[in-house]
Amino acid sequence: MTDSPTPAIRLTGLRKSFGAVAAVTGVDLEIGDGEFFSMLGPSGSGKTTVLRMIAGFELPTAGTVHLGGRDVTRLAPFERDVNTVFQDYALFPHMTVRENVEYGLKVRGVGRSARRARAAEALASVRLDGFGDRRPSAMSGGQRQRVALARALVNRPRVLLLDEPLGALDLKLREQMQVELKAIQREVGITFVFVTHDQDEALTMSDRVAVFESGRIAQVGTPAEVYERPASSFVAGFVGTSNVFTGEVARGLLGRDGTFSIRPEKIDLSPDSGVPGAVGLPGAVGLPGVVAEVVYAGPVTRYVIDLDAGSRAVVVAQNRHHGAPLAARGDHVRLSWHDEHVVEIPTSSKETADA
Amino acid sequence: MSTVVTGPGRKAGSFLHRHPGLRLAGFLSAPLLWLVVAYLGALAVLLISAFWTVDGFTGETVRAFSLTNFQTLFSEEVYRNVTLRSLGVATAVTVICMLIAVPMAFFMAKVASPRSRHWLVIAILTPLWASYLVKAYAWRILLANGGPVDSLLGGPGNGPGYGLVATVIVLSYLWLPYMILPIYAGLERLPDSLLEASADLGARAGRTFRSVVLPTLIPSVFAGSIFTFSLSLGDYITVQIVGGKSQLIGNLVYANIGAANNLPFAAAIATVPVLIMVIYLLAVRRSGALEEL
Repeated sequence: MTDSPTPAIRLTGLRKSFGAVAAVTGVDLEIGDGEFFSMLGPSGSGKTTVLRMIAGFELPTAGTVHLGGRDVTRLAPFERDVNTVFQDYALFPHMTVRENVEYGLKVRGVGRSARRARAAEALASVRLDGFGDRRPSAMSGGQRQRVALARALVNRPRVLLLDEPLGALDLKLREQMQVELKAIQREVGITFVFVTHDQDEALTMSDRVAVFESGRIAQVGTPAEVYERPASSFVAGFVGTSNVFTGEVARGLLGRDGTFSIRPEKIDLSPDSGVPGAVGLPGAVGLPGVVAEVVYAGPVTRYVIDLDAGSRAVVVAQNRHHGAPLAARGDHVRLSWHDEHVVEIPTSSKETADA
Repeated sequence: MSTVVTGPGRKAGSFLHRHPGLRLAGFLSAPLLWLVVAYLGALAVLLISAFWTVDGFTGETVRAFSLTNFQTLFSEEVYRNVTLRSLGVATAVTVICMLIAVPMAFFMAKVASPRSRHWLVIAILTPLWASYLVKAYAWRILLANGGPVDSLLGGPGNGPGYGLVATVIVLSYLWLPYMILPIYAGLERLPDSLLEASADLGARAGRTFRSVVLPTLIPSVFAGSIFTFSLSLGDYITVQIVGGKSQLIGNLVYANIGAANNLPFAAAIATVPVLIMVIYLLAVRRSGALEEL
């Protein structure tokens, strides 16, 4: 976790209800100074509401928000050392790009020449120098996104909040912006809190990730921790694809009681030679099954296997050799994996997730 | 696509599909005819007849070009005064409507809950269903000497009574919905995130209102003002009911059509508000107000 004595953000017992609907049902969280922290979850899981409570747009029903050790729970947005990049960018349409970026400085009474210089600097840092006189409406989605980023960063806030800022961009641009955002964050050293429903995004950029499930945090950890050792079957299913075995099936497959998760890329697929135990990986467990579906996805191929012992498993294999896939529909195959890749999931939540 | 149905209707439809120009002509000719003949035609006749005169002896219209009407209109002080008075009333009504409508529309669009928002819109629209005359006469009773407004202000003679002030009050009341609705529509289109972004960047409510809400509102306000201004400029009934002896442009037109039986001169007077409105529309066009209508 964080070693710094005063975390940039501390949330304690945070709750928010809208009428009878409980959006956030108890969140405790510490985010360290200079951390790139992601809040990941499906829509309606409460992650955006938590972000809005940090920004001050929503008052918590219960609990407190501390920024840099100061209790800001009841303070207005303009009294908090926090800036937000909105999902729809929220650029002022009647102002030029420069006026947009200067707005926060102007409101705080920064002089004209200092304002100019800092806005130019901020626009340069998002590679938009020379665009100052344009209107936001004359810019592309990716450019607007960067204007919004510059407008927030120019104020040098303690914390920058980003509410699904890459959601409206196409895939190529999104991947490019992911890299840029991370670079900018490293450069300015500001704490970034990044809300997303895209697990790739969260895993790629973050120092730590909090996975949200129906109003609370299901797991907090580094991307590797969350991915490799999911704390619940929900996390296993939401962060990446996972094969979750439970109850009878788990006992049949693994000879153990409990809930277990195995990532599809950790499973090896080989044709069933009919000889029990003759499988590819040394020291591995082997299970027979029939290929139900083969999905070609460019760099990888996904195989859906009906296991003889019951239940289904998904296997992902890299397409390293062009040519025929490892198996075709209806083929008898054997699945094998190293026992260390079987992750036992604490049985707090019982549902099976095959996201 | 498996079965091809043929028949006269199908054939006509298919023919029209291949001739988009004909389709458009069939669709638009009737309304265009209406616009050109009934609307622009009437305006043209008005303009032309403004240059005719009336024979003083026979009362017959003389259909010959003459600038007499306009010479009278510009040389006699009474017409200049009435024009300026009408402009003043229309401006006052527009400003009052604006001052009331902006906070009301803001409350409706950004503060009220979605449920009460519907009721508020209905409450704004309902008075438009009541007859104009009923509302004007209701105000006549309210503003009468010793009437409710007087007693509210402490006794007979304390209220505005009948006159220009009363006219401005009643016209503001009558045209207020036409100002509220475009502003409300404009504010509804203003994303909440813009207000949040402003607060997020350190602006208090007043600053946000000045720097973010008002600038995006200007086209809507102009759109509303086109209604309140032109409706006030053309009004001649309210001023008759609560205006006391005051006269506006509309009264002069009315008097020349009726009592004076001088249609050409009435037409000449009527071109004045038309001209003022054209100038006003050209002036506000640049603000984008016409896209808000």
